[in-house]
Amino acid sequence: MTPITMPKLSDTMLEGTLIKWHKKPGDKISIGDVIAEVETDKATMEMEAFDEGVIADIVVKEGGVVKVGEPIAMLDGGTSAPKKAAPAAAAPAPKAPAAPTVPGVPATPKPKPAVAADGSRAKASPLAKKLALERGIDLSAIQGTGPGGRIVASDVPQSAAAARPAASAAAAARIDVPFSGSDKKIPLSGMRRTIAERLLASKTQIPHFYLAMEIDAGPLSRLRKEVNSASEASGTPKITVNDFVLLAAARAAAQHPKVNSAFAGDSVVEYSGVHLSVAISVEDGLVTPVVREAQNLSLRGISAAVKDLATRARGKKLKPEEYAGGTLTVSNLGAYGVDSFYAIINPPQAAILAVGAIVKKPVVDSQDRIVVGHRMSISLSGDHRVVDGAAGAEFLATLRKTLESPAALLL
Amino acid sequence: MPLTTYRKALNDALAEEILRDENVVIIGEEVAQYNGAYKVTEGLWERFGDKRVVDTPISEAGFIGMGIGASMLGIRPVMELMFWSFAYVAWDQIINNAGQVRYMSGGLINCPIVIRGPANGGTNVGATHSHTPENFIANTPGLKVVCPATAYDAKGLMKTAIRDNDPVCVMENTLLYGESWEVPEGEYLIPLGVADTKREGTDVSLIAHGRAVITALKAAEILAAEHGIHAEVLDLRSIRPLDEEAIVRTVSKTHRAVLVDENKPFCGVSAQISATIMEKCFDELDAPVQRVCALDAPAIYAPALEPIQLPTAERIVAKVLQIS
Repeated sequence: MTPITMPKLSDTMLEGTLIKWHKKPGDKISIGDVIAEVETDKATMEMEAFDEGVIADIVVKEGGVVKVGEPIAMLDGGTSAPKKAAPAAAAPAPKAPAAPTVPGVPATPKPKPAVAADGSRAKASPLAKKLALERGIDLSAIQGTGPGGRIVASDVPQSAAAARPAASAAAAARIDVPFSGSDKKIPLSGMRRTIAERLLASKTQIPHFYLAMEIDAGPLSRLRKEVNSASEASGTPKITVNDFVLLAAARAAAQHPKVNSAFAGDSVVEYSGVHLSVAISVEDGLVTPVVREAQNLSLRGISAAVKDLATRARGKKLKPEEYAGGTLTVSNLGAYGVDSFYAIINPPQAAILAVGAIVKKPVVDSQDRIVVGHRMSISLSGDHRVVDGAAGAEFLATLRKTLESPAALLL
Repeated sequence: MPLTTYRKALNDALAEEILRDENVVIIGEEVAQYNGAYKVTEGLWERFGDKRVVDTPISEAGFIGMGIGASMLGIRPVMELMFWSFAYVAWDQIINNAGQVRYMSGGLINCPIVIRGPANGGTNVGATHSHTPENFIANTPGLKVVCPATAYDAKGLMKTAIRDNDPVCVMENTLLYGESWEVPEGEYLIPLGVADTKREGTDVSLIAHGRAVITALKAAEILAAEHGIHAEVLDLRSIRPLDEEAIVRTVSKTHRAVLVDENKPFCGVSAQISATIMEKCFDELDAPVQRVCALDAPAIYAPALEPIQLPTAERIVAKVLQIS
């Protein structure tokens, strides 16, 4: 009998909630059959069979929370060799198999393939794999720093104990808070846990600094009105203020690559394309799907891309790869009437923009008269290991120039 | 130690072996009275006369065949090719006769011939004069091939090649003939199939042969000075027999290999080295093996383009940075 294990369906997934079984004991399954629905930290996803056979037993009932790699059902007649559940971080180095071996062939332990249950493969150099095997370390828990994210020898910790990520240990620790019977205690969802871990790590490990500016959003408001009345006439979707901000931010970041980068320990990676993570609020949290090569999109293009991502994010229909690879995040709370705020950096990125609402307020114009202004606050939180104050300010200055003369965004 | 040119080191090796063994004879176009097209045999005809240094007509198939026949009867001919590119008209003699006769005769007939001459591009002599056939020769079991990178190696390898009882192809380089290196005065031999670490390093292995070794050494200087990367430079010296142990040793030390090769990349020597690394020390690799070869095209004649066809230090540095 072969166990069917909880697959790793996203980069950050540690555990999943079994929402619904599509198969029951006695059902015959083939490779590719949808056997269950699993809620990850990001989305609810259909889980496909990687093996064929007959379901012998359901181990985890609907609603159960299971760590990645642990069995959720047993399969009879599976063709693949029994897979063991992923060992705990401190698992001892693999032992030679007890099964009889071919005489003369030494029973060397095989390197554990760094394959996630979804079939994706952790890229690691042969040397890194050998070291991980010797040190009893699970490669899937390591973030690679080599070319293309490959795990190289220097990424492999000296011991399994050192491999345990500090953040997950912290998140797992229960904190005693006052609590009475009339209060509600809500177990953490996968998404909530991820938000907790990543933002705690960001705020404690990244030296944040903040820059803020207020821009004249008058021209932007007028242009948007014109564009949208034209859209209305032609029946095309409306453009939001945020669409303008996103495109302006992407183009400004392309000109100022320092804010479009990541701190990599012994180096700084400056990304060639601006992949905008767009903060989208969903039920019980937020997600940051990515608009790729945003600097090359048209206003209409970026608007359509964000709309599509937001719709699918709220329906929990985004694919894991659609969250991955962002290089700069924009968070806009203007729609909620927030004037200005500062955001926490979305690691491993080096900067995040926080955008407020367009507010009517008295301003002093160039002739020293007090007039009615349309103002919008934008702040930048930067990772000071990568972005210095002046570099952040130069980026903001370009962003301001673009947004205050927004017609170029239509080109 | 005195500085000696690559050309003079070869000349000394030939003279010493002529003196040492009465069966050693130099044969080729213009090797005697004209002192050699590239002056490698300068002064030898004057010194040793018609019986030891013999001019031939322009007929590689003919005189290489003659040398092979002579070697089967115990003479140790050192055949000069004005360019290794001209060996192609003598291919049947080299591959089928020299390369196979020991096997075909059940070990009764040896072929202790040396075929030598320059095998390099980069001198604006056109596509038909710029071939690097070390991979072709090395692809033939029965033939040996060495590619010395320095005057010291040229002398030591040439003397060993002459004393070897199998056909040995010595591939020299016209761009190196005038370069000088320290060469000891006394006699010394360098065994075939022993690579030489030309520079110690810890971060990446540059594996090369022939003039590519010199280019790799320049790249190693730049890597150390500008990037803090300590490259080890392994000079294969001999392509066949190949020092696989030295390759495994350096890759196991640095865990990264960039192969530098003036040969063309397709089925080139570096392709063989790459396969050797995969087969013998895959688990030591911390990055994929990379190659910097001659660009895969006929030797470019346009002077503006020619310098970029062969590996340059800049191309090597860029390749190393890609995997560091």
